[in-house]
Amino acid sequence: MTTHDQDSHLFETLHHDRPAGAFTPVDAYGASVDEDTGDAPVFTVSGGDWNDLVDEATALHEERIVVNMGPQHPSTHGVLRLILELDGETVTEARAGIGYLHTGIEKNMEYRTWVQGVTFCTRMDYLTPMMNEAAFCLSVERLLGITDSIPERASIIRVMMMELTRVNSHLVALGTGGLELGATTVMTVGFRERERILRVFEAITGLRMNNSYIRPGGVAQDVPHGAVDMVREVVDELRDGLHELELLLNENPLLRGRTVGVGYLDLTGCISLGVTGPVLRATGLPHDLRKSSPYCGYETYDFEVVTRTGCDAYDRLRIRIDEMYESLKIVLQALDRLQRTEGQPVMVEDKKIAWPAQLAIGGDGMGNSLDHIREIMGTSMESLIHHFKLVTEGFRVPPGQAYVPVESAKGELGCHLVSDGGTRPYRAHFRDPSFNNLQSVAAMCEGGQVADVIVAVASIDPVMGGVDR
Amino acid sequence: MSDEKNTDTTPVQPIPDKVIDSPQTRTDDQPDSLKPAHSANVGTWRELTSDDLEPVRIAERKGMFGARSQDTTGYGGVLQPVLFPGASPRPYGSYFDEVADRLGQALGTADGPSFDAAVERVVVDRGELTLFVRREHLPAVARAMRDVPELRFEMCLGVSGVHFPEQDGRELHAVYHLMSITHGSRRVRLEVTAPDADPHIPSIVSTYPGVDWHERETWDMFGIVFDGHPALTRILMPDDWPGHPQRKDYPLGGIPVEYKGGTVPPPDERRAYS
Repeated sequence: MTTHDQDSHLFETLHHDRPAGAFTPVDAYGASVDEDTGDAPVFTVSGGDWNDLVDEATALHEERIVVNMGPQHPSTHGVLRLILELDGETVTEARAGIGYLHTGIEKNMEYRTWVQGVTFCTRMDYLTPMMNEAAFCLSVERLLGITDSIPERASIIRVMMMELTRVNSHLVALGTGGLELGATTVMTVGFRERERILRVFEAITGLRMNNSYIRPGGVAQDVPHGAVDMVREVVDELRDGLHELELLLNENPLLRGRTVGVGYLDLTGCISLGVTGPVLRATGLPHDLRKSSPYCGYETYDFEVVTRTGCDAYDRLRIRIDEMYESLKIVLQALDRLQRTEGQPVMVEDKKIAWPAQLAIGGDGMGNSLDHIREIMGTSMESLIHHFKLVTEGFRVPPGQAYVPVESAKGELGCHLVSDGGTRPYRAHFRDPSFNNLQSVAAMCEGGQVADVIVAVASIDPVMGGVDR
Repeated sequence: MSDEKNTDTTPVQPIPDKVIDSPQTRTDDQPDSLKPAHSANVGTWRELTSDDLEPVRIAERKGMFGARSQDTTGYGGVLQPVLFPGASPRPYGSYFDEVADRLGQALGTADGPSFDAAVERVVVDRGELTLFVRREHLPAVARAMRDVPELRFEMCLGVSGVHFPEQDGRELHAVYHLMSITHGSRRVRLEVTAPDADPHIPSIVSTYPGVDWHERETWDMFGIVFDGHPALTRILMPDDWPGHPQRKDYPLGGIPVEYKGGTVPPPDERRAYS
């Protein structure tokens, strides 16, 4: 307890110079322990012998136990806190507590330019950076009214990157899900395959995660030489890896025993709770925004929407595997188109939106291309001014609002942007699929076993970075 | 163990592939709404006056580059209104006319509010339909949007708050995004406003249970009280957090730097080209 007291004292001293009356600094981080638990005995599990604790708890002869699982728990997919009321091994009530990874991304975006916004939103759901960026950029483009002038090659690159991201996200979903069930091999295979995709991302965007590659108006830069061949190779390797995963999972009696019929949520439940993505498609409804309201030219690609009818964790897992094959199909089609559109622009033509510099690899890493530096430093003062103004001040976006959804790996990811005509978003809101889908934890888990809670949460595949933003 | 579980599984009703709107998948708890609605209002619409069509002034921008203080440009006297699109005249285009018509029919029946009473403004902008709903009529509108078969916006994808401190009497906006899977991912946006002095908007959790957390988030971030919400508590911020961080008047912290008493001012007080 002493540490808590010191913490709150520290907090007060740090913030004593705030405007008077604005806040009463009362332990705003909620670090103090709530002592008011009535007469119920409280056990804090933090090391020590588990059996001692069990003996102590058994001695109370109390059947009803409230367990706080998380926020620091290896099987809660990050900092998710599950509040479970147990009757023996049965979960009688389940609630999810979130907010432990809230980073104020939406508020931060209001104080950065539209282009800088990409850098923020790419970190929300850190497993689907390209989808976050795409939703944001499509929304900015709709506000600017330039949706139709995005170059074809930019859309192709976006589609290819988004589909690779989907595979990436699904592999992590299976890998961590498997790990939580105790299947370490599923994790190692999943992460091994994911590594291939991250290498592609690094080759194309320069970064493995948090890429900020898709920009309003197009993409940051064209794919480098050799990228098409590299992706082709990786697609083949991924096919093999996925097959390995399938052999490992699909008919595995242990996995089936843990997942079939677990985390049941039918169509009615999904629709009323606003659940989208693989969870919804596991009820048999072929709802996929890539088909029903296509963006980035998805209507021109040949792929199937995978559905199953089991409504349970097993079918969600199978849907993810099958979706990865469909994604690879799209990637291959995109690669063909990339070869066809070699040399075409990847940024909108309007020089008031597109950044003037084309990045290039130099001896000291990636940066502005030498030609561009030569122009702005040596020959054209106007180019220099234009570059400077566009990068520091940014472009203006006409007042209004737009909501653009994309089909993220987890469901509908929507970006609601409001502009007041300035160089920064007036308001940015992201409808993250995991945030919404986590609401269904109660419906999936209540009445089941404690061990099934883990399976149900893993089958939703929440990423707390996206949930809390 | 696995066998036991398999036998325990509730039999699943398979849903025919690609058939989305079938009697089995309909969730209609108001059978009356299936009957064709007849109302005196159908086909007659309030004529828009030129005032309605005027763009809506949201705020005023001062200075050519938006710098509010420490203006080094010499253009600080330039005043520009921030204008949002005003009401749109009919026809709206796309499926928007049909949605408005059907909503008008549905609202006209069963002693609900009339379309003009419930919807104060219809805005079509950038290919998106926004219905500005008066807050007292939001539950009725949401219920009709969900239940009328021709509308069938069966999903509400969330609530997004917006704070316009300069809009007197309608500072707080709650924006709902509805989608109809039945009718091929049609989308409609409902926008509801509330004054800062009385930040209450009726909750639509009873119609769309999925907006539970979204309404909590909007309360947390903007301080909009959703009346009738089952448990309106903070969701992202700690329970005892003071203030609502995404409001425009929320004080942001500056950073005291250890160099000759210097400070980095809060982001909203810095010189900026907004």
